Amino acid sequence: MRKKLTAEQVQTALDTLYGAVEKQLPSDRPIAVIGIRTRGEILAARLVERMGREHPELSINHGVLDITFYRDDLSRRRGAPLVRATEIDFDIDDTWMLLVDDVLATGRSIRAALGAIHDFGRPQVVRLAVLIDRGGRELPIAADFIGKKLTAGPDTRIQVRLREHDDKEGVFLVECASE
Amino acid sequence: MMTKKASSSSNARPSKSKNPKFLWTRKDLVGLDELSSEEIVHVLDTAVSFQEVSTRSIKKIPALRGKVVALLFFEDSTRTRMSFELAASRLSADTVFLSGKGSSTSKGETTLDTVRNVEAMGVDVFVIRHSQSGAPHQLVDKVNVPIVNAGDGPHEHPTQALLDIFTIRQKLGTLEGVRVAIVGDIAHSRVARSNIIGLRKLGAEVVVVGPPTLVPATITAMGCEISHSLDDILGEVDVINMLRIQFERFSSNLFPSLREYSSLFGMNADRLSKCRKDVLIMHPGPINRGVELTSEVADGPNSCILQQVTNGLAVRMAVLYLVSQSRH
Amino acid sequence: MIDILITNGRVIDPASGRDEIANVMVANGFVSKIGKTAPKARRTIDASGKIVCPGLIDLHVHCREPGHEEEETIATAASAAVAGGFTTICAMPNTHPPQDDETSILYVLQRMARAGKARVLPVGCITKGGEGKELAEMGMMHEAGAVAFTDDGTGVAGSTVMQRALQYAQMIDVVIMQHCQDPDLFGGVMNSGAVAVRLGLPGIAASGEEIMLRRDLELVKRTGARYHAMHISSAGSVEIIRQAKAQGLPVTAEATPHHLLLTDAACIGYDPNYKINPPLRSAGDVEALRQGVSDGTIDCLATDHAPHSKEEKEMEFALAPFGIVSLDCALGLYARALVHSGLMDWGEMLAKLTVNPAAIIDPTLGMLQEGAPADITIIDPDKRWTVNANKFASKARNCPYHGWKLKGRAIATIAGGEFKFQLQNASRIDK
Repeated sequence: MRKKLTAEQVQTALDTLYGAVEKQLPSDRPIAVIGIRTRGEILAARLVERMGREHPELSINHGVLDITFYRDDLSRRRGAPLVRATEIDFDIDDTWMLLVDDVLATGRSIRAALGAIHDFGRPQVVRLAVLIDRGGRELPIAADFIGKKLTAGPDTRIQVRLREHDDKEGVFLVECASE
Repeated sequence: MMTKKASSSSNARPSKSKNPKFLWTRKDLVGLDELSSEEIVHVLDTAVSFQEVSTRSIKKIPALRGKVVALLFFEDSTRTRMSFELAASRLSADTVFLSGKGSSTSKGETTLDTVRNVEAMGVDVFVIRHSQSGAPHQLVDKVNVPIVNAGDGPHEHPTQALLDIFTIRQKLGTLEGVRVAIVGDIAHSRVARSNIIGLRKLGAEVVVVGPPTLVPATITAMGCEISHSLDDILGEVDVINMLRIQFERFSSNLFPSLREYSSLFGMNADRLSKCRKDVLIMHPGPINRGVELTSEVADGPNSCILQQVTNGLAVRMAVLYLVSQSRH
Repeated sequence: MIDILITNGRVIDPASGRDEIANVMVANGFVSKIGKTAPKARRTIDASGKIVCPGLIDLHVHCREPGHEEEETIATAASAAVAGGFTTICAMPNTHPPQDDETSILYVLQRMARAGKARVLPVGCITKGGEGKELAEMGMMHEAGAVAFTDDGTGVAGSTVMQRALQYAQMIDVVIMQHCQDPDLFGGVMNSGAVAVRLGLPGIAASGEEIMLRRDLELVKRTGARYHAMHISSAGSVEIIRQAKAQGLPVTAEATPHHLLLTDAACIGYDPNYKINPPLRSAGDVEALRQGVSDGTIDCLATDHAPHSKEEKEMEFALAPFGIVSLDCALGLYARALVHSGLMDWGEMLAKLTVNPAAIIDPTLGMLQEGAPADITIIDPDKRWTVNANKFASKARNCPYHGWKLKGRAIATIAGGEFKFQLQNASRIDK
């Protein structure tokens, strides 16, 4: 396990991400920020907190999405970890929706998230914000806002660790046997 | 589930699950006797996640898309069947239903034959209700498909107990130290057995209440206490779970009449007034109104009978999801 | 030249008290001599380190023929018997049709002769059809060869019928064997108690056995008939019989391997191979039964070998039939319960398998003495082996001991002066 970004560098990437998002926040329609469990949820919470602080005039709804049931690799796993609830208790129809995740790689999580969102309603637009884009896409999906681009080999996983969940902060490279 | 409109991050706080590392690996759910307390909590926690699905406009998630849940009901049941069917459908599974009235005691197709036949058609989960104790347990080593017990004779009814326990936890926040009375025909009740086992594993106290003809003395070996007087325990319990009484029991001299049963072991407004103010009144349904419960109790503020039914769906979704994830 | 010479075995004959190293000689179907000489014989067997004893007797075997030949036949039961060291088995009468008349008794004897393995002695029904209502023709059945009478499978419920049966049996000096179970207190599928409650299975209380036993003993007191309590299962029954014997009543009793080895905890898991009637009871009952065997309250060991088909034993526990098979492996089971547990030695145990059961049905059997029929079992008391039900000579596989590791096994069985069984690869005993 190698450290790729320090806590400060994570903050810088997050600032970059926020800056990019902020430019496009609409003022004429409700904004829905949806974090994808687990670390997208934390990043979304940080973004929402800052948006609320710097743009109190905006109407921002905040939700959490658990995409476990929408994953296309569900039946390939052994054993079921605890699944947690999706928390979207507002109307998402016609919102400007920002999906937030930590790492964009194959794009499969985002496909699953879009499928899940579809079951809740019909946002006007959906934009995607990720802290790290590491490439390696397997589906035609791209992020609209990116904190930092990293490159890593196919046998390397990029792990984002965040204070709220992991008691430490940084981005790490983990070598793993190809699955 | 809270449904208030949130305009800030108030409801979406990052939280750690109790045991994020725990993996459910069990193929079958035939009884709570087989489960560890950790596994029981895992089912309950998973069920919490599924509650939200029922509040959506599209009440469906693709978790079991393309899978087939076979409901094999060798004994009649309308409600349990509906609950499982709906749970499977909310998980996007297809269901097939087979009803076979008991298994032939002499020659003819055995339960094992039937189950192997259905398995050969290519199903992914069996939900089995059977009039004979242990019927699903006898099958688990003989078929490869996960088996969920939807009630076996007077033995176990694990999903009913899980939804009862889920409801208690939802209302009281914990099971630890909670004192639960289970009232009625304990001897012939699968609901009682599964509840006693599950509640004890999660740290609750259980007292079973009924006449000696319906409460076997050796049931204390399961870790519960016995009372033959409902009135004696009213003030000391947090939950009263009233079991459905089968009318045919009084023909075998297990109690003299429904009238007498109701007067000694029925829940009414007078008895409710002697309970703790926030006592939970439960019943696995269907209620014999005026026998186990009077209507004012069944429909009153202490009753959580309908919540039990609602929770049953989330619990059964969780169970179907978990067992179907355990293999491949 | 004699037929068989068995050399250097530890000859145990509980009937005479003999227990010494000696040679046993067999000629013309009888034991011709026991001693130190070693005349020329057609076959000579070295039995050094082995026990040479009278052929074992099992009072309680269900052969299923006629009626359920798919489960067992008289021939397969007799083969299982000799494989287990038994030279005599008693065929229970609850066949289809039941053995309740002269013809059906003769049928058993004819089938036994055709099989040519162990002696299969027919037991007749007490009542016609075993229905507990009208007395069967006990006198004619006895003439035809029935050695005892029972309605086993159920007990004779009616007190009047039972009293008349005892009176009648006393006249012809034949034993009445009772399956003690009050039918009004029956309705369960396993021992009543904490295990049954937890499993949600209806229980069979020991009181049902003890109540019938007490009633019968009152009738025995009044009639003086010989009475044998089959497969007793509870501590209470042991005590009742102990008291009856102290009063001098002509009562005997048997215990089965399963009641000496297994408790109702075995039913956890719902394996119908543990479903048996009377049911497996508590550890305290097992202990009391062993004590009863040890102090002589229980006279005999009997298997209650009860074959059932695989499909029947694959049914739900409550729907599957009662019964366990154990003829092929019973000797090792008895040794485990009684000898290896330190309760008794081989000689004491063998009395319960030879002279004691013989005294109940046919006193000319069960002894190893000059002039007696050459029914001889050679036992290797140190032989360690693993029960493999799939290799039983019995047709049935409903055996809960499959996979058990046992010590002690019959390695050769001689009935009527002929070898009926020899264990393959036992060690080279043939010279």
